[in-house]
Amino acid sequence: MSPETSAAAEHHHHPALAHHFDSLAEQNEAATLGMWVFLVTEVLFFGGALMAYSIYRSWYPGAFASASHHLDVTLGAVNTAVLIVSSLTMAMAVHAAQLGERGKLKAFLLITMVLGATFLVVKGFEYHEKYVEHHIPGLGLPFDYSAEPQFAATAQIFFSIYFVLTGLHALHMIVGLGIMTWMYIWAANGTIDKDYSSPIEISGLYWHFVDIVWIFLFPLLYLIGRHASGAH
Amino acid sequence: MASTAPIAPLPTLPKKHYLNDGTTVASWLLTRDHKRIALLYLVAVTVFFVIGGLFAVLVRLELATPAGDLLSDDSYNKVFTMHGVMMVFFFLIPAIPGTLGNFLIPIMIGAKDLAFPKLNLASWYIFMIGATFGTYSVLNGGLDTGWTFYTPFSTVASTSAVVPAALGVFINGFSSILTGLNFIVTIHRMRAPGMTWFRLPLFVWSHYATSLIMVLGTPVLAITVVLVAAERIFSFGIFDANRGGDPVLFQHLFWFYSHPAVYIMVLPAMGVMSELVAASCRKPVFGYTFVAFASLAIAIIGFFVWGHHMFVAGQSVYAALIFSILSFLVAVPSAVKVFNWTATMYKGAVSWQTPTLYAIGFIGLFTIGGLTGLFLSSVGLDIHLTDTYFIVAHFHYIMVGGTIMGYLGGIHFWWPKMTGRMYNELLAKISAALIFFGFNLTFFPQFVVGYLGMPRRYHAYPPEFQMLNVLSSAGASILAVGYALPLSYLIYSLKYGKVAGNNPWGAVGLEWTTTSPPPTANFEETPLVTWDAYEYPARVEGHVA
Amino acid sequence: MAPRVDAFYLFLVGLTAFFSILIALTVIFYFVKYRRRSPDQVGTRIEGGMALEITWSVIPLLITMVIFGWSTNLFFAFTRPPAETLNIYVVGKQWMWKFQHLNGQREINELHVPVGRNVKLIMTSEDVIHDVFVPAFRVKADVLPGRYTHMWFNPTKPGRYHLFCAEYCGTKHSGMIGEVVVQEPAEYEAWLATGRAEGSLASAGGKLFQDLACNTCHRPDAVGRGPVLQGLFGRQITLGDGGRQTVDEAYLRESILTPNMKLTQGFQPVMPAYQGLVTEEGVLQLIEYVKSLGTQPQSQPVRPASGGPAPGETHTPSPNEVNR
Repeated sequence: MSPETSAAAEHHHHPALAHHFDSLAEQNEAATLGMWVFLVTEVLFFGGALMAYSIYRSWYPGAFASASHHLDVTLGAVNTAVLIVSSLTMAMAVHAAQLGERGKLKAFLLITMVLGATFLVVKGFEYHEKYVEHHIPGLGLPFDYSAEPQFAATAQIFFSIYFVLTGLHALHMIVGLGIMTWMYIWAANGTIDKDYSSPIEISGLYWHFVDIVWIFLFPLLYLIGRHASGAH
Repeated sequence: MASTAPIAPLPTLPKKHYLNDGTTVASWLLTRDHKRIALLYLVAVTVFFVIGGLFAVLVRLELATPAGDLLSDDSYNKVFTMHGVMMVFFFLIPAIPGTLGNFLIPIMIGAKDLAFPKLNLASWYIFMIGATFGTYSVLNGGLDTGWTFYTPFSTVASTSAVVPAALGVFINGFSSILTGLNFIVTIHRMRAPGMTWFRLPLFVWSHYATSLIMVLGTPVLAITVVLVAAERIFSFGIFDANRGGDPVLFQHLFWFYSHPAVYIMVLPAMGVMSELVAASCRKPVFGYTFVAFASLAIAIIGFFVWGHHMFVAGQSVYAALIFSILSFLVAVPSAVKVFNWTATMYKGAVSWQTPTLYAIGFIGLFTIGGLTGLFLSSVGLDIHLTDTYFIVAHFHYIMVGGTIMGYLGGIHFWWPKMTGRMYNELLAKISAALIFFGFNLTFFPQFVVGYLGMPRRYHAYPPEFQMLNVLSSAGASILAVGYALPLSYLIYSLKYGKVAGNNPWGAVGLEWTTTSPPPTANFEETPLVTWDAYEYPARVEGHVA
Repeated sequence: MAPRVDAFYLFLVGLTAFFSILIALTVIFYFVKYRRRSPDQVGTRIEGGMALEITWSVIPLLITMVIFGWSTNLFFAFTRPPAETLNIYVVGKQWMWKFQHLNGQREINELHVPVGRNVKLIMTSEDVIHDVFVPAFRVKADVLPGRYTHMWFNPTKPGRYHLFCAEYCGTKHSGMIGEVVVQEPAEYEAWLATGRAEGSLASAGGKLFQDLACNTCHRPDAVGRGPVLQGLFGRQITLGDGGRQTVDEAYLRESILTPNMKLTQGFQPVMPAYQGLVTEEGVLQLIEYVKSLGTQPQSQPVRPASGGPAPGETHTPSPNEVNR
C-alpha cells in the first residue's frame, strides 16, 4: 500500500501500525511517552556531571572563573545561535511532517542537519584551540597554565569537566545527526506520511533536548564568573 | 465443577503457543515476543548466577581457614569483586524484571506485548554486550576494585581491567534504562479496557516503582562510570585528591544510583511476594493500596538515603543525621508490606505447595534483613558495623533472602505458565528447605563475626573468627546444593513434567485465564476487565481448569 | 564508648528478635491453622483495615524515631572529642599504618596509648582510601588522601587490641592490620622515652622548616615574602579573593602542598608547591611546628610591613579566633 492511499482510513491497517496496538494514535502516544521518559533519563545523565561541576565550582570559584576566560565566547555564542536556529528548523520539519508536505519536510531536515554539522565543526575548532593552548588535561599532553599558576591544578578540573560535558553533548549531537539521516530516508521513501509523523515528532523532541542541554552548558561553562571575581 | 463429576480429563498442551511458534534459532534470537525475550533473559541470568556463584564458592573456601592459603591475595580480591559485579549487575538487577517482569507484565495487564518490542529485544542484546565486557574483564586479568569501584583506588591504584568492567556496567545500565522505560510506557498505555490502575496486580505496581528507579537512577551510575573510565584513560583529575579533586564525590554519585539499585533488586521480589501470598491464600492481598503505595514510597525515599553508605567517610555531622533519619523512614513502608503479607494469611486457604514455602521463607528472611538495616541506619552503631561482615550479612539477607527467594518463588509459581509443565513437587520442596536452612547457616554467623569486628573483603583473618567462618562455609555448601537442584528438576520438567493446565494453582489474574503456555498474542481476544485484582472467591470457579 | 554502643546494640538485637519471632510465629501459625483443606477452598475475603494499617505504620515509625534519637546521642559522643586530648598523627599507605607521637616517637602497625587518656587520631592517607577500625573500641573512620579525618577513644583496659584497615585498599588490604597497645601511664611514659626519637614532632618540623628553607620567607618579623606563622594556627584570615579561612590542619596542609590555591590577602603567588616534595609525615611535622609557634592572639600583622594593612585585615581577634 502506498503512502498516498494509506491515509484513506484506519480500517486499511496502516503499514506502520504494529500488531500489538489497536490504532496508530495509541502507538504514537506510546512512542511520545517513551521519548519523554528517555529524556528524563538523559537529564539525570547530564545531571551527574553537572553535580560534579557545581561542587567544584563552589570549591574553586577563582580557578573556574579564570579558566572560563580561556573559552572562546564568540564561538560559543555562534554555536548557541546555530542550535537555536536548528531547533526552529526542526520544529518546521515536524510541522511539515504533520501536514504531509514531504518536500518541505526533507528540506527542513536537511537544514537542521547542516546546522547540527556546523555546530560540530565549530566545536572542533574550539577543541583544536584548547589543544594549541595546552589546555587539555590528561592524555599525557602538556598542560600549561603558567599565566596564573595558583589555578594550575584546579583549572585542570574545570577543563576535565568541560571536555566531559561538551564531549557528551557532542556525542548526542552526532547521534542526533544519525537519527536525522534516518528520518530523512524515511521521509524520502514515504514511510513518513500525514498519519505517521510521530517518528519525526519524537526525533524532534530529542533534537530540542540536545539543544536545551547546550543552552545550559553555554552559560555554565563560558559565561558565569566571567565578569565577577575572575576578572583581574 | 460438581463434586460428583467424573475424573477430569488430564489437561493437554495447547496446539499452538509461543514456544512452538517458530523453532529456528533465528526465531528465538530475533524474536520480538516478550515471552521469548523473557526466556532469553532467564537463560542469560542463570549463566551469570552460576558464574557469580562459583566465585562465591571460592570466597567461602578461602575463608574456611584464617590464613590466606587457597588463593593469592590478588586472586582473592578479584574473586570477591567478580562475585559482586556478576551478581549485582548481571544477575540481581535484571533477574526478576528481565524474566518474570518481561513475561508477565503484558499478560497481567491484558496487552499483546510490551509497548516497544524491538526495544525490548535490543535491551537484551545490550545486556549481553555489557555482560560480554564484564566477562572479558574476568578473563583479561580480572577486576580487583570491589563491585563499588571506589576512587582513587579504581582510578589510580588498581592495575586490573577497570575500563572494560566499567564499560560493561555502563552498557548494562542502558539495558536497564530501556527495560524500565518500556515497562513504564507499557503500564501507562497498554492496559486492557477496564484495567484501571487500582485493578493492577501488585506485581505490576512494584515493577512500575522499580522502573522509575531504573530510569532515574541508572543514568547517574552511567555518568559516574564514564567519569571513572575518563580518569583512567585520559588521566583527568576529577577524583584525584592530589589535583584538587574529591574521591568522596565518586561515592556520592555511585551510591545515588547504587542505593536505589538495592530497591531495583528487591522491589520486584516484593511484587512476586504479593502475587504468591494472594494465590497461596486465595484471598486478596491485605491492604492493596497500602502495599501498592509502599512500593512507590520505597522507590522515592530510596533516592534520598545514599549518604548512609558514607557515615565514616568524613561526612558532615548534619548530613549524616539527615541520611540517617531518611533511612529509618524507608523502614516504615517495608514494614507495612511485611505486616500486610502476614495479615493476608489470616483466614486464608493456605496452600502447602512450593511457591508458598518460598513466600513464607521470604517474609522471614526479609524481616531479619530489614530489621538489621535499622542497626546500620543508626549512625552511632554504623560506625562500628560498616565495612564488617555485619553489613555483608545484612545485604545478603536482603538480596539473597529477599531477591533470590522472590525470584525462585516466582519461577516456581509461573513455571507451569511459562512452560506448560509442572516440576517435581517433592524435589522442589526439598530444595526450598535446603536453600532456607543453607542460607541462614551461611549468613547468620556473619552478623556475629561482623559485630566481633571482622572486616569485609579480607583475604586472611585472625584465627578467633574461624569457627563462625567455618559455619558460614558449611552453610554455603548446603546453599549450593539447594540452588543446583532446581536447575536440574526444572530442566527435566521441560520434557518430562506433567502437563500443568491453564490454571494449576486455582489462582486469579489475567495470566491464568490464557493457555499454558500462552499463545504468541497472549490472548485469543483482548480481555475486558471488570474485576479487581485478587477477586477470590467470586471468580475462582471460572478459573480452575 | 564500648559499653554504650553494646547497650544500644543489645537493644536493637532484642527488638529484632522480638519482631522476627513475632512474625515468624504468626506466619507459621497461620500456615498451619489456615492450611487448605480441599482443592477448591478459597480464603475469606478480607480487603484490609484502615485501623490496622495506621497502627502498623505509626508504631514502626515511632520505634525508628526512638532508635534514631538514641543513635544520634551516641553519634554525638563520637563526633565531639573532649577538649583535652592526646593527639597522635596517623598516615596510612598501601599497606601499612604509620603513627607519629607528639614527642617524635614513631611506630608502624602498632599504636601505643596510655590507659584512661582521651586519645585523638588525626589521620590522612598517602594513596587510596583506608580506614582505621579498632573493634574493641567500637570506632572506625575513613582515612582519605588529601584530607584530615579525626577519631577519638578512651581506652579503659590495658592490653593489645586489633587494628584493621576497614576500607578495601588493594592487594594486601587484609594485611594492613596492626595492634593498639594500651599501657598503664607509667609504662607508656617509659615506652615513649625509649627508641631513637630525634626530638619532638614539632622540632622535627622545625628542622624540616629550615631544610626546605621555608624560614627565608616565613619570618617572625613580618618582613618576609610569606605570612608570619607565629600565632597563626586557629586564627581566621582573609584570603586574596576576600574569602575567610580558619587556619586549621587542612588549610596548612593545602598551603604547603599547593600554596597558591588560597593565598592570604596581600601576598603574591611566589611560593613553590611542595606537592611530591614533602611526605605526608613531613607535612604533619610542619603542621605541628606551626602549632608550636604559638596559638595565642598576636598583635603583629601577618602581611609584610611594606604592604600596609588593607581593609578587612584581621587585626583584632574576632570571636571566631578560637585558640586551639
